Formats: sequence, structure tokens, C-alpha cells
Amino acid sequence: MTGFLQQLVQGLGTGAIYASLALALVLIYQFTGIVNFAQGELAMFSTYIAWQFTAAGVPFWLALALTLVVSFAGGMLIERLVIRPVEGAPELTVVIVTVGLFIFVNAAAGWIWTFLIKDFPNPFPGGAFEAGGLSVSYSTLGILVVVGLVMGLLYLLFQHTKIGLGMRAVATNPDSARLVGIRVGWTLALGWGLAATVGAVSGVLVAPLLFLEPNMMGGVLIYAFAAATLGGFDSPVGAVVGGLIVGVAETLAGAYVEFIGSDLKVGVPLVIILGVLLFRPQGLFGRAAVERV
Amino acid sequence: MRVTAIGCTAILLLAVAACGGREEAGTGTTATGQCQGQQTTGITDKSLKLGGIYPLSGPASAYGAIPKGIKAYFDFVNAEQNGIGGRKVEFLVRDDGYQPPKAVEEARRLVEQEKVFALFQTLGTPSTTATWDYTNQQKVPQVFVATGASTWGTDTAHPWTIGWQPNYVSEARVYAQYLKQEKPEAKVAVLFQNDDFGKDLLGGFKRAIEGTGVKVVAEQSYEVTDPSIDPQMSNLAESKADVFLNVTTPKFGSQALAADAKNTSWNPVHIVNNVAASVTVLKPVGFENVQGVVSSTYYKDPNDPTWQNDQEMMRYQAKMKQYAPDADPAVPYHAFGWAVASSFHKAMEAAKCPTREGLRDSVRALNNVQVDMLLPGVTMSTGPDDGFPIESMQLMTFKGERWELFGDVIDTRKEFGPLTG
Amino acid sequence: MSDTAEVTRMDAPTRGRTLARMATERWRWIVLAALFAAACYAPFQLVPFRVFQFTMVLVYAVALLGLNLLVGHAGQISLGHGAFFAVGAYGAAIMLDRFELPYPVTLPIAAAVAFVIGLALGLPAMRLRGLYLALVTLAIAIFLVPLLKRFEELTGGSMGLTLPKPAPPAWTGLAEDQWLYFLALAVAVVAFLAAYSLLRSRVGRALHAIRDNEAAAETMGVRLSFYKTLAFAWSAMFAGAAGCVYTWVIGFVSPDSFAVTLSITLLAGLVVGGLGSLSGPLLGGLFVMFVPSISQDVNEAAPGVIFGLLIIAVMYVAPTGLAGLTGRAAHSIRKILRRE
Repeated sequence: MTGFLQQLVQGLGTGAIYASLALALVLIYQFTGIVNFAQGELAMFSTYIAWQFTAAGVPFWLALALTLVVSFAGGMLIERLVIRPVEGAPELTVVIVTVGLFIFVNAAAGWIWTFLIKDFPNPFPGGAFEAGGLSVSYSTLGILVVVGLVMGLLYLLFQHTKIGLGMRAVATNPDSARLVGIRVGWTLALGWGLAATVGAVSGVLVAPLLFLEPNMMGGVLIYAFAAATLGGFDSPVGAVVGGLIVGVAETLAGAYVEFIGSDLKVGVPLVIILGVLLFRPQGLFGRAAVERV
Repeated sequence: MRVTAIGCTAILLLAVAACGGREEAGTGTTATGQCQGQQTTGITDKSLKLGGIYPLSGPASAYGAIPKGIKAYFDFVNAEQNGIGGRKVEFLVRDDGYQPPKAVEEARRLVEQEKVFALFQTLGTPSTTATWDYTNQQKVPQVFVATGASTWGTDTAHPWTIGWQPNYVSEARVYAQYLKQEKPEAKVAVLFQNDDFGKDLLGGFKRAIEGTGVKVVAEQSYEVTDPSIDPQMSNLAESKADVFLNVTTPKFGSQALAADAKNTSWNPVHIVNNVAASVTVLKPVGFENVQGVVSSTYYKDPNDPTWQNDQEMMRYQAKMKQYAPDADPAVPYHAFGWAVASSFHKAMEAAKCPTREGLRDSVRALNNVQVDMLLPGVTMSTGPDDGFPIESMQLMTFKGERWELFGDVIDTRKEFGPLTG
Repeated sequence: MSDTAEVTRMDAPTRGRTLARMATERWRWIVLAALFAAACYAPFQLVPFRVFQFTMVLVYAVALLGLNLLVGHAGQISLGHGAFFAVGAYGAAIMLDRFELPYPVTLPIAAAVAFVIGLALGLPAMRLRGLYLALVTLAIAIFLVPLLKRFEELTGGSMGLTLPKPAPPAWTGLAEDQWLYFLALAVAVVAFLAAYSLLRSRVGRALHAIRDNEAAAETMGVRLSFYKTLAFAWSAMFAGAAGCVYTWVIGFVSPDSFAVTLSITLLAGLVVGGLGSLSGPLLGGLFVMFVPSISQDVNEAAPGVIFGLLIIAVMYVAPTGLAGLTGRAAHSIRKILRRE
């Protein structure tokens, strides 16, 4: 039984990693209505920036603050330079551009920082919290707390601010939003900036666990997508719950389902994405989209 | 009208081009004298052209550091020792991104277009497997490939291809030997990469412990695309094994070491395989967390103060600074490159004929050849029945901020007999 | 992302539209014939290494042809096309290795297997909107690698399978690389003709209608899911055929050769080559083959940087890709020639 509970805790820990990136995916989807394939790579790049600061002797928390600012600015810049020219183009075009961005950012990080792993300082103390034969590392607890905080902030932003309202209007119908006086371009840029910031938080959180190298977030991305799909692409609460469920499902399937084992557990996000899309496309917490023809 | 004219011109041009006929490939130069008839493509009295294929991009690009060490060595030899036996070495490096079709393309480019004398290293089992039929068909030496698969030594149909580093099975035998002496009743949990490398090492380990008290009680695999191996680690921890064999590549090696350190209720003897034993893997985990970890090696670690006053290591450090100023000499991959390049130097010097055949025969008749970058007591030996240049390793344990060697060099040939397919 | 031919047609001088159209058609055939003649002569001219490179260009072109049907013509995104390429490659490898079938037989079977798997996956996948399809296909591509490793008795596990290459029949007098090249060329020509006639049929029109406006197409009576699923299956079939030729040419398959990178590279190649045009896949094949080898001389990470930048740049300035650019260039040259 303890073994099972320990696996459960392990799954939650892994799920927290997925949830952190899923939050950034949900955020950008809310603001702009697109799925950003480069989100993980941007998070990785932000983490390298944080590493560069700490390597230059900047204390960790200051480095983190600086990184968040740089990431926010960088996200907005990317929106202006890369996304703006294809604004209003078919979904296909935008997706391909984010795939291009994915390839570019990954290679650029390798170019600048090489492909050897870097040691990244852990903001949380080492060791683990022990109770009743279970042990939860402080890193995992820390990630869960931060992810919860970010989730809360995003929820407030989406539901209780004017920006949130405007952003929902932009994502749903840019033309009408413009007509009622919302600055569409500004809102989109804000979305990219905020998503990059949340991504940076995610990268900094997971870097001590996954170890920093250019392909760090590549493996996380598909799980984060599964998390966002499961929770609903328009719900930060959904992203976190989805992430935790994906993490637990993957861990338990790997440990207890003989046929899946540790090698085929990457099939779990595939099954989750397919299942959700076929039976409840809006996800657990999302609102069903009504399409106007 | 104009259209027809253009069409005719095009066809005429094509016809002219067709009459040229292509230059027959493979018709390289041959030697005269006592080595008569042997191939001398890519080699003259003054020059020697080699080509290597490495993953400079893509998922395995960390290994792209190896050719930097090789280049530095050859540049040094060219500048200060007038090359190998008076021949200046030209070393071409191509990128295959760890993709077998790319490796085939680059191998053909090097052989047919660049007309290299030999392929000096292809990296990775898939890339080497995809190219060795070709190199053997073309009778081009493919020497000291950078993969530890045991196939290179046991196969008899590909005499032109040979490995260099201790193969994964030999390495597994070293750990088995260690456990048999230190923990004869060991229960072992294994984490391995789900590819040729992981399976070869695990398979070799299982064969080496057959009939002993050492048992594998749990095994978990991971994919290189997995974000984290923490779930696998908690599965292994449940087995309550008292030895943990960590068969991983660098990033996952770090993750596994960290996961083991975090789990205070499971404290097995941690054996990490040579691929992930570099100090660059251990440092991110925190040195305080990896004390007492066991591994094995066969070449000198540039981070190890034991070799601080070692002549070859001093030379390596100095020449790396001089000939590869952007490369950090502390990265063990560079030292690996240096070691394999100086091994090639010895093998080439020992060749009876300065021909492709000469090199092929020379790398298969190494007799206790000493290479200064290898550990004292580790030498290269091959023979008609032995296609593995290095089969000895020494155990080491991590203390303070560095590896400390212990025990004697273990010659797996002596302990386990020759390795056969 | 409109058809290049469409663009040139619309821009054609107004005097006598049909005349201009006929001229365009004639030009097209002449260029094609010249290209084909050059393609047949090339292997007798080039060193085997170059012949090998062009063989691989043809292999990629066939795969891109399939991807183009799906992305360029039906407007659906696949980030997992490499998976179907792998199905064809492994299908052929298993037939050659385990059942020792003669290699010509492997082509139709590999293509058919890929078609069936494409159909089976397309049924659920095609009920999804574009974005989600990209997610699902990406997940499929990631999942395939461990799946191939799992069934070791069949697939050779992580070590992969090594296979003999098709030997040229004695009567041809060809070298091995030339023979492989002509096999690939034959497959590519058949594939191009098949795609061409497919797109000119009512199916092609239905796909274009779906791409340009799904809702409108549906109102007009186009059965969306039927055509989308069919497009998915066909694209899988082309990829499977390409994968089969790949196995003939390389003689070695291993799971890690078909990682997600392959799928993304294919999509990149298609976008740069030109979405929705018939010559796009060929240009894309050239791009996929030659750009990494050329750009790696700049820096080891340069291929990725250049790939990424080119994709983005192409989406901005030339959504029709290289094919669109060459089309435009040809058009202006023709204009100049006419004016003289």
C-alpha cells in the first residue's frame, strides 16, 4: 500500500512539472487562440538566461526576477516580429510558424550554450518531507506550491480583470473586439509576454530536476499538451488538474500495467488526448465552443 | 517556335553531357613495390586524409565534443611532429545528426568525393551499422568506431570495421566481477536506456553473473524522449535492491543520481556506467550527493588531480589550450578524442604498408600497445580472434570532488575468456 | 497557399485567356520532359555519392507528396508524418527479413499497410479540428519509437534490421547506386502522376473546398469527414511507399531513425518547398537533402537555425514556398521573352 501511495506521490510530482508548462500553453491559447508549439523551447531558453545570470554571479532570486522581465519583453518582441506578420492568417500558417520557432530556438540554444548539461541552482532545499513511510521531496512540494500560485493568479486575471475580459474577446473574435475599442495588437503581445513569463517560471522550476540542456522541455511538451487538452485549453485550473492526472496516470500505468511498462508509457498522453478530443473536446473544465458559421 | 528551339537546345545539352560518362568511382590509386596493388587513396608521402562522422546536431549532440579533441591532437602532431611519419593529417568532420541515412550519405561523401584514406570514427551504433556494409564493400578502413556495441569485435564479415573503447559487455563484466568479490549476494536494480547500448550492457551483465549469487531483482527502461526518469526510479526503489546499476547517457545519468540521492530510505551501492561517469554529469547533481558512487574507466580523466603532474595530461592540457582555445580541456569527451587520436597515431605508425590494407591489418594486430592517455596498465591488443582493442578497465569511486581509482586493472579477457557473438 | 498554376493563370495577360493557358500547359510539359530526361541521364554522369543523394531526394519527395495532399490541399496539419514513413520502411524491412519476399512485392504491400493504418487513425483523428490533429499526430510520432522497440522478434528491437539491397539485374548493366536511383525514380514518377490525377478529379476539388472554407464546403454537400479521412489515408500511403524505397536504398532500419525530428523535418521541407503545388514536394526534397549538409559548414547548430528561420520567412514572404517563387520567376521571364 505504501508502495502504491508512494507511486501516487511520484505521479503528482511529475504531474506538477507538466502542469507548469500547461499553464503557459493555456495562457497563450486564452489570449490569442493558438496552440504554441514553441512554448516549451521558449521556457528552456528563458532558463538558460537565468543560468547565464547566476553564472555571472547574480544571486538566484534577483536572477529569477531579471529572467522574468527579460522573458516578458522577449515574448512581446516575438509576437511583434514573428507572429504579427501572420496575424489573421489561417490556423495552419500560425501553427507552422510556431513549429519554425521551435526548431529555431532549440538550435539557437545549442549554438549559444552547447549541448552539454549545465548545473542549475535549486531554489528549494534538498532532502524530503517524510510522513508515514512516504517521502515527498521539497522540490516537488515547492513546484506544487508555485504552480498553485500561478494558477490562482491566472484565474484572477482571466475572470476578474478587464484585461482578462478584453483578452477573451480578442481570442473569440478579433474583429468584433476591435470594433468595441479593444487594442487587439496590444492584447496579443501581452498574451505572448505573459505566456513567456509563465514558461520561464516553469523552466526555472523544473531545471534542477530535469537538468538544463537544449532538449530539456522537448519531452515535457507532449505531456503538457495532454494536460491542457484534458483540463480544457481555456482553463488554468483545468491545466493544473489535467497535469496532475496525466502525471499520475502515466506513473501508475508504467508501474502497474504489465503491458505498458516503463517503455510504452509515453502512449498515455496519446490515449488521453485522443479520448478527450473524441468524447469531451472542451476538456474537463473548459466551456464547449460554439462555432458560428 | 521559340519553345521548340529551347527544347532542342536542352536535349542537345543533355546529349553532350551524357557522352561524358561518369568517372568510375572506387578506382583510387594503388601502391607499388612490396605493397604492390594495395590501395593508397587519400595517402601520399606528405599527407593523410581522414574523415569522421559525429552527431554535431540533434539529440546526441553532446558527443559532438569528441572530434574537437581529435582535431587538437592532429593539429598538434602536424605542427610539432611533422605529422604521422611525415604525413600531415587532414581530419574532416561531418554531421549526421545521429540519423543513419545521413550517416550513409556522409560516409559516401567522404569516401567518394573527399577520397579519404579511412573513416576514422563513426559515432553511435545505428550510424555505424548503417555504414559498415558500404565501407567493407568499398574496402575502406572504418577504424576505432565510437560505440561500445560488441558486434564490431565478434562479427567476421566486416574486417574493415573495428571498435576501440571497451565494449559494453566488457564493461558489464567489470561490474559483475566487482560485485562477485564485494557483494556476492547482491540484489541488483537496473535502470537502462532502451536502445542498443542499454540492452548490450544489461545483457552482458546478466550473462556475467550467471551461476553466481548476484541477482538482478528489478529492471526499468527509459526512452531518450522521456522528460524524467523519476517514476522509473521509484519503481526500482520498491525492489529494495542493495545495488543500483545506472546504465544511462549523461542527462539521465544526472537525473538518476539525483533521484537516488533524494530518496533517503533507499541507499544502494550506486554503480554508474562509464558513459555517464564524467565529472560534468556528477557536478550538476552536487558533489555531496554522489559520494561513494562506483564506476569504471580506461582513460585518464582531465579533472582528476592524480594526473596533475602526469606528462601526457600536462601535454594534453597545454596543447588543447594552444590548438583548441574554445574547447574546455576539462570536458572528458575532449580527452577521449585525444586518446583515440593518439591510438590511431600508434596504429598507423605500426602499419607495415602505408595503405588501406596496411591500416586494416595493423589495427587487427595490436600487441600490448601503450597509449599514454589510457590508464597505466590498460593497453590495446587485438589478434585474429580478438577484435576488441581495449578490454581492460579499472574501478573507481567518487570521493570529494573527483574519482579515485581502486583495485587493479581488470582484464576481462583473462577473467571471462574471449568475447564471442 | 493557392495553387501556383492558379496564380499564373489569373495573372496571365487578358488577351486570349485560353491561348495563354495553352501556352502555360505546353511550357509545363516541356519543362517536365526536360526534367525527366535530365533525371534519366544524371546517374550516368554523377559520382555514386551524388546519385545516392538524388535517390534520397526522390524518396523524400514521394513522402512530401503525401504530406502535401494533407497539408497543402486538404489544409490539415500533421506533425507525425514520419510515423507513416516508418510504417512503410519497417513494413518493407520485415517482409524482406522475416518472410524473405522479393523486394518489388514489398512496395505495394507497404503502401497498402500504411494506407490501412492511415485510414484507421484517420477515422478518429479527422473528426478533430486542425490544431488538435497536429497534437494527435505529434503524439503518434512520439509513441511509435518505443512501440517499434517493444516487438523485438518482428522489428529487431532497438538494434534495428539490416537488409540486403536490391541487386541490379545483369541485363541492365547498371551499378547498384544507379539501379536504386531508377527504382526510386520510377516510384516517384508513378507517385507524381497518381497525385496529379487525384487532384484533378472531383476529390481534388473537394479537398480544396475543405481547405478554403470548411463550412461552405459542407453546405455545398462535400462530405467533410469522408474526404478528410481519405486524404489522411492517401498521405499515409505515399509516405509508406517512400518508406519502402528508403529501406531498399539504406538497407537498414532502426527505431531512432524515425523520431519526431523526421516528422518535423518533413513538414519544414514541404513548407519551404511550397504548399499546395505539385513541384513543391520535389523542391522540398532537395531542401531537406542539401540544406543541412551545406549549412553544417557554418556551425554545428546552423542547420536547425536556418531551418527554423526559413520556415518562418517563407510563411511571411512566400506562402507558396520555393515552388511559388520559381513559378513567379518563370512567369516574369516569359513576360520578358514576349516583350522582346
